[in-house]
Amino acid sequence: MLGLDKKDFRLLVIVVALTMLAPFLLNPFPESSGLAQFNAGYPDLMQRFVIFGIFAIGFNILFGLTGYLSFGHAAFLGVGSYAAIWMMKLVTLNVIPAIIMGVIFAGIFALAVGYISLRRSGIYFSILTLAFAQMSYALAYSVLTPITGGETGLQIKATDRPILSNLEPGEIGRANLFGMDMRTSFELGLGDWLFTFNSGYYIAAVFMILAFYLSIRIFRSPFGTMLRAVKSNQTRMYYTGLNARPYTLAAFVISGMYAGLAGGLLVAMDTQAGPERMFWTASGEVVLMTILGGVGTLIGPVLGAGAIKYMENILSKINKDILHQWFAILPDGIENFLVTIVYPFVGKGWHLTLGIIFMAVVIFLPGGLVEGGQRIARLFGRKKAKGDAEEATQSTPAE
Amino acid sequence: MSKTDLTRRGLLKTGAVAGAGVALPTIFTAQSASAFTNEPTGGSVTLGFNVPQTGPYADEGADELRAYELAVEHLNGGGDGGMMSTFSSKALQGNGILGKKVEYVTGDTQTKADAARASAKSMIEKDGAVMITGGSSSGVAVAVQALCQEAGVIFMAGLTHSNDTTGKDRKANGFRHFFNSYMSGAALAPVLAGAYGTDRKAYHLTADYNWGYTTEEAVKASTEALGWETVAAVKTPLTQTDFSSYIAPVLQSGADTLVLNHYGGNMVNSLTNAVQFGLRDKQVNGKDFQIIVPLYSRLMAKGAGANVKGIFGSTNWHWSLQDEGSKAFVKSFGTKYGFPPSQAAHTCYVQALLYADAVERAGSFNPCAVVEALEGFEFDGMGNGKTLYRADDHQCFKDVLVVKGKENPDSEFDLLEIVEVTPVDQVTYAPDHPQMGGAEATLGTCNPGA
Amino acid sequence: MDNSRSNLTATTGVLGAIVAFFVVVGLLFGVEATILQTLDGLSKGSAYALIALGLTLIFGTLGVVNFAHGALFMIGAFCAVTLSRVLTLSHTVIDESKTDFLGNPSKIQVPYLYDWFGKETGDAIIDWAVPLAILFSIPIMVLVGIVMERGLIKHFYKRPHADQILVTFGLAIVLQEIIKAFYGANPIPTPAPAAFSGSFDFGAMLGFDPNVIIYPYWRIIYFAFGALLIGGVFAFLQFTTFGMVVRAGMADRETVQLLGINIDRRFTLMFGLAAAVAGLAGVMYTPINSPNYHMGMDFLVLSFVVVVVGGMGSLPGAVLAGFLLGVLEAFASMGEVLEVLPGLNQIIIFLVAIIILLTRPRGLMGRKGVMEE
Repeated sequence: MLGLDKKDFRLLVIVVALTMLAPFLLNPFPESSGLAQFNAGYPDLMQRFVIFGIFAIGFNILFGLTGYLSFGHAAFLGVGSYAAIWMMKLVTLNVIPAIIMGVIFAGIFALAVGYISLRRSGIYFSILTLAFAQMSYALAYSVLTPITGGETGLQIKATDRPILSNLEPGEIGRANLFGMDMRTSFELGLGDWLFTFNSGYYIAAVFMILAFYLSIRIFRSPFGTMLRAVKSNQTRMYYTGLNARPYTLAAFVISGMYAGLAGGLLVAMDTQAGPERMFWTASGEVVLMTILGGVGTLIGPVLGAGAIKYMENILSKINKDILHQWFAILPDGIENFLVTIVYPFVGKGWHLTLGIIFMAVVIFLPGGLVEGGQRIARLFGRKKAKGDAEEATQSTPAE
Repeated sequence: MSKTDLTRRGLLKTGAVAGAGVALPTIFTAQSASAFTNEPTGGSVTLGFNVPQTGPYADEGADELRAYELAVEHLNGGGDGGMMSTFSSKALQGNGILGKKVEYVTGDTQTKADAARASAKSMIEKDGAVMITGGSSSGVAVAVQALCQEAGVIFMAGLTHSNDTTGKDRKANGFRHFFNSYMSGAALAPVLAGAYGTDRKAYHLTADYNWGYTTEEAVKASTEALGWETVAAVKTPLTQTDFSSYIAPVLQSGADTLVLNHYGGNMVNSLTNAVQFGLRDKQVNGKDFQIIVPLYSRLMAKGAGANVKGIFGSTNWHWSLQDEGSKAFVKSFGTKYGFPPSQAAHTCYVQALLYADAVERAGSFNPCAVVEALEGFEFDGMGNGKTLYRADDHQCFKDVLVVKGKENPDSEFDLLEIVEVTPVDQVTYAPDHPQMGGAEATLGTCNPGA
Repeated sequence: MDNSRSNLTATTGVLGAIVAFFVVVGLLFGVEATILQTLDGLSKGSAYALIALGLTLIFGTLGVVNFAHGALFMIGAFCAVTLSRVLTLSHTVIDESKTDFLGNPSKIQVPYLYDWFGKETGDAIIDWAVPLAILFSIPIMVLVGIVMERGLIKHFYKRPHADQILVTFGLAIVLQEIIKAFYGANPIPTPAPAAFSGSFDFGAMLGFDPNVIIYPYWRIIYFAFGALLIGGVFAFLQFTTFGMVVRAGMADRETVQLLGINIDRRFTLMFGLAAAVAGLAGVMYTPINSPNYHMGMDFLVLSFVVVVVGGMGSLPGAVLAGFLLGVLEAFASMGEVLEVLPGLNQIIIFLVAIIILLTRPRGLMGRKGVMEE
């Protein structure tokens, strides 16, 4: 169905179901319990999950298929964000044109960077992309301040009057989709549970499903096969009379456009663009997301993106007080002991946990979280689960 | 549909509704349920403390967090009450805010605008925070302030010194107690002229981003007005760690004064490098070479060690001040944590108290009522003398401290000595001052959210 | 034959470019400024070269891309911090004549060294903490390196480079967070001995006006120390049997193993050596800039650019690229340059990297086929 074989279609259905039901799935704990701290079902984080999922899916099209490790992908996300916010500031507050502009500008920039960087391969390619991204970051932060807003970035201000809007004087424009505010939320209270359905999230989720579908199609297309050939043996391709460059460049531009889409969506959900999104650590983050989830798998990058954003937003908010609340039922001595043990890993120590998890995943699960899922599935030995697992690995290109 | 907003999880968290009301599935939109974003309905109110917990400003963020915890303790009637007893407004009772117990959530800004907004949004959407405060850089302050304006909560800025925060980027829902670049320049210039004469040639090294620009502009303008000449102004990248290549050409330029428009790690390194070059032992144009750091932070200056000795700068507040408010604050902070508070801690503590007091006086948590209570509010006893929260731009106007690195410190905290307390009149400017965004800068209207 | 000829033309080309560069710069900015910025570039470059050298040692021997190398530099610096903390270990004396900030009698910290050696000798020892830390740090860094290699890196030889990068990056985060937990996020002042403060007037020595070409003593020492260390590493590889075997192993690991030589153990020791080089670079760097927990990350990207510009796997390439980028960065920081090209200082390193990689496919001195997949 939809041009997919049965297994791929089932995977797509699972992804659709997961994203659509995310407000339920991410809020499993009752509001009044201490564990509510771990709930991730609020609009901002759900939006980030899917947006960075798109970013990682796009990155995986380049890295997972061709093996070219770009270390400057955040630059395309940044360019997409700036293009989108300028569109909103100048032309219209509707998010669709803004997102389209983000994709176009990121695509053009990716074409230029890719055209130059793809003259080299391996680590030389990585360093070229890194160099372009770092230059973009440094210039956006400093001399390009009139265009980028510099350190403070760009926001929509009360003085912004987009041509295609009818704002009252003094009213600050808000991102919308044909009149629907991105922040409109419906809340559903069920007993002690509260679920939030946010319009912005669902718009971003639709984009992610489309992006995911497109990535399956690319993975399964002759074009995808060609890209895998680039990864496994480029020399042999040359000998058979094929030039790999147009294919890798196409993959590079596509993945740059995915990044631009993510950048445009970030602005659509939260009207703000700043240069830090282009810093090398941001480029490194998408590499980590992809590897953490499982390089070359379809679903892996999305899982990786979710895992990292979850830690960044949930772990960092746990402070000493909350720990004391959790362990309050225990005797004082044990309570204090546990708080002392746990505290270095949460709150201001969340980076430490992140580092440990990276190491653990790479050491014990070379295939990333997807491999972890497979192992668990195998452990239970259920036939159906095994089928799912194979499906996920199927897309891993041969080394 | 366009007047919708962020959720109010505080509603359920506080338990008023959780017991009975929501036993059956109910569907409601945010706007129908309350008058403004995150209206506290239970017995408690949640504040969001958004400070850098990772990255180079983590220690400053940690000090801010200590101050907030202390403020919460005092607001809820614990401890010795700190500045609540010296504060000129007596609206606070020590029974929380409007009788509601103060609770708080914390987050990590990472000193990045994106991360700070994500963290602030989670406080508003998930935890039901009705006010966000904190931060250690102007980039973060401007970004979070804009967010709070959109979301309809109050933003009480932490440490942010750029003119832009209450200049061209001012917002009706945002308030700043900390001083700014203009005030630093205006306070420093006369003291510098007195100490070093009026015919100096200055060489500026400026951090290449918004705060650096406004600081350079302010210091240049006020020193040139007193007769100084600016020989050169060179921009340095934020990510620079070694400033030697920028300092090496200074002596050749014929300048006799070096102004380091740097903050945090940049300031520590550029100052250390400049002193390493032995600039201060040199004589140029028949005068001793001098170095100036417009914005001092004691916490960071500690990183430069002995290099700060004798170097002029300005700060918002210093623990050695002898007024009743400062003494009370230093006493309760020092007793609780064992060391004196930083200026970041002071401004954050004061901001928390000012917010609470404004709510008490307004009788409501409604952001618009709070804005009204804070606008034009005059107070005293908070460590900076008589202070005015100006209605035009939501900037506090108060005395500014000109300080100098101490030659013979008594302790590891005793790094700066106060040279002069510049009276507020000297640092006051018109709300439409060109350095503050000119006539175009506007607060907009307050936004209560829903 | 072909190879050596192309090397020769490359060398003449590089030399010609360098001479032309200095002639142009000298005419533009004057001789004094040129000398001064070159000096500064070399001193900066020695830090880059030292870190890049260690990275290349690890990469060339073990084939591992070590993202934790910046962290090793940082740990070296904190060896110096730790030693100065140890030397100033104190006991508290209550001084009734003074009061602390709360108005209580102030507690004065008296280092044990004062008790043992008297104030003057004690102060002198504390003053010399950084040079002393050199001795203190070598065994620590070698140990850290060996533990890292045996405990972690060993298991990653056969894994893809991406995995190596991720695991070492994870390790770098963990190491720096541990340091942060103990020492905080703020920089910690670690000054050089008082004897080395101030700066040396080259100008006066060379016959220029005094006070024009001055350069801090400690930075000159850093440059000399870096040059010595680099020379030492090269001499070690060139003139000792151990070094010869290692070089042979770098060229053809399997053949060397077939000869019955335990090349793995030697490579482990080389990892220790590389860690020590990075650590010493860190120790000596502390007086230049107060160390903080993220100083390694600050250097990481830059040192990778240096290594790649030099050519993956080439030790002389890494050193050459380190000095080259240092000098170019110094010139790009001049006010005169920035007036014409604002923002050049922000991007110079990356711009040069792009130009070099586009004109020389494998960097300045890279070998074919290394890290190109």
